[in-house]
Amino acid sequence: MSKKYLPLAATVAVFLALFLVGGSMYRNFLSTLVLGNILADNAFIIIAAIGATFVILSGGIDLSIGSMIGFVGVCMAVLDSMGWHPLATAAVMICFGILYGALQGFIIDYCDIQPFIVTLAGLFLLRGLCFMVTLESVPIRHDFVDLYASAKLPLPGRGVLRSSALVMLAALAVAIFIAHFTRFGNNVYAIGGDKESARLMGVNVRRTTVGIYAIGGFYSALAGVVYALYTSSGYPLAGSTLELSAIAAVVLGGTLLTGGVGMVAGTLFGGMILGLISTLIIFHGSLNSAWIMISSGVLLFAFIVLHRFLVSSFDLRGTS
Amino acid sequence: MPGRLKALAQSRAVWPLLALALILIVAGSVSPNFFEIRIVEGRLFGNLIDILYRAVPTALVALGMAVVIGTRGIDLSVGSIIAIVGAVIVWRIKMGDPHITILFSALAAGILCGMWNGFLVSALKIQPIIATLILMVAGRGIGMLINQLYGGTDPSFESALLQWMSTGSIWLIPTRLILAAGIFLALWLLIRRTALGLFIESVGGNAAASNLAGVKAGLIIFVAYVLSGLLSAWAGVIMTADTHTSDPVSVALYIELDAILAVVIGGGSLAGGRIYLGMTVIGALVIQALTTATLISGLPPEYNLIIKALVVLSVLFLQSANARRAIGSLVLRRSP
Repeated sequence: MSKKYLPLAATVAVFLALFLVGGSMYRNFLSTLVLGNILADNAFIIIAAIGATFVILSGGIDLSIGSMIGFVGVCMAVLDSMGWHPLATAAVMICFGILYGALQGFIIDYCDIQPFIVTLAGLFLLRGLCFMVTLESVPIRHDFVDLYASAKLPLPGRGVLRSSALVMLAALAVAIFIAHFTRFGNNVYAIGGDKESARLMGVNVRRTTVGIYAIGGFYSALAGVVYALYTSSGYPLAGSTLELSAIAAVVLGGTLLTGGVGMVAGTLFGGMILGLISTLIIFHGSLNSAWIMISSGVLLFAFIVLHRFLVSSFDLRGTS
Repeated sequence: MPGRLKALAQSRAVWPLLALALILIVAGSVSPNFFEIRIVEGRLFGNLIDILYRAVPTALVALGMAVVIGTRGIDLSVGSIIAIVGAVIVWRIKMGDPHITILFSALAAGILCGMWNGFLVSALKIQPIIATLILMVAGRGIGMLINQLYGGTDPSFESALLQWMSTGSIWLIPTRLILAAGIFLALWLLIRRTALGLFIESVGGNAAASNLAGVKAGLIIFVAYVLSGLLSAWAGVIMTADTHTSDPVSVALYIELDAILAVVIGGGSLAGGRIYLGMTVIGALVIQALTTATLISGLPPEYNLIIKALVVLSVLFLQSANARRAIGSLVLRRSP
């Protein structure tokens, strides 16, 4: 096995171990029903995290994810009450997400400002726009929402793949293709590894940076669409601090925040680990949201230390 | 004259001060008695005082952040530290400690959090953004847990000492302003009148090189995070005493972002190697002045975030070399 698969393998191992722990503690835990629910309930976080993976692979960061999810949600809800079809709004909002991300990427590269600050301003701007669109929670009442909620693909056992999970898996497949089978994907890794070397080797850094953040915008807008359809409403505070869950999912998935190292598929498992923690705590019953936060932090810590150990003992930074 | 103007435009202190002045002028023109200061109940009142008063917690957190950013680090956990400090205060008050002990326990809690962050970054060599993300994710949970275990159903409290530190006043001036000025002075002496500031900036500039030059990079980084924890704890005492209650879920939400913004508006680079304490305070004042001005101008509060985003982007835009060159060539082409 190539060294570059080690962090991914570690993530999958942690996921399986947690799943088995849950299975040994509770009957009915080890089933496709629980698995399908984790996939559907966390689909929007995983979709957003897939976009964040590209950004983080390039050595950047995108803090505007949570606000984008909220903004897409309120726009879908308000346009729905004006009689738009949800699919039409979704298409418009995804185009908006791509443009917004591309603009952030352009400012980052042109003005040479840290991505952290540019996307932070992006966070404020979108959250402010949310409040301007509406201050209340608006329901989405279109028939399509019921259709979306009822569509499902049966899994072996009692489980089902809901439409959110299907969208997420399709988005993941596209992302894996872009990251690992296109020249653009190679450029992302090259910039994340060393921007100057990439530039000297002829990578068009500006075009790639704009593309990376456009992909980030695309995936966070898609996450917003999935979230809005899943909750069948739009709320201006929706998605607050979700960018942190997305970043945590990427890191748990084995991608280094310094850029250049990691795999898109790992993010799926990173997001599912986060989902698994909250499912375990809900199964336990007597624990509450305080414990979800604390155990997410502890797991994050354990995983980062494990990752550090892997990186230092196999010198991943130098090889992949 | 153009040469001097150009030199002035290059100076890093100009843009944030200009932004602050511009915000105040706009606010003053919108609301005529914006600059009025009067004495009510033995204390100075007025919009300018209010901006200073409300900027104190962010400014304190931002000063710690400036030190951490100087080491090429970042501290995302400051909001969670404030949440933990609030919960600790309520817990110790329910236990019946003397209030001066409670103050020290609260500050100790912040130092402990800072030591944890510093340990992760300097000893385990985890990237600062991830290392502090751990406490950021877990910290509010810890605060909630302390509240559940010791706070009882009603996490509110009364404490003459803490409330005097937060909302009281000495002669005419709010106590928190005097204390914050004292802290700023102490920090300034520590950073600029001892070798610590030089060491921090050298570690932030190049950790490996300063290690070779005999600076213990690990220790310096550790100290920076402890300082950030301590300053956040002080902000936590002020904020908790202000609301008379501990609310780990929503207290100081987004304060880490405001603090980082304050440092960046003040001219600090996230790439490390520089600490500008005074300019960081100006940055915090810019953010608070913006908020206050938006509220006073009668705009709905939901515009606040948008205006903040646009002002931040324009300040950063003017600080970037590429954009300045483009604007410069535009101006030159018009007046050859």
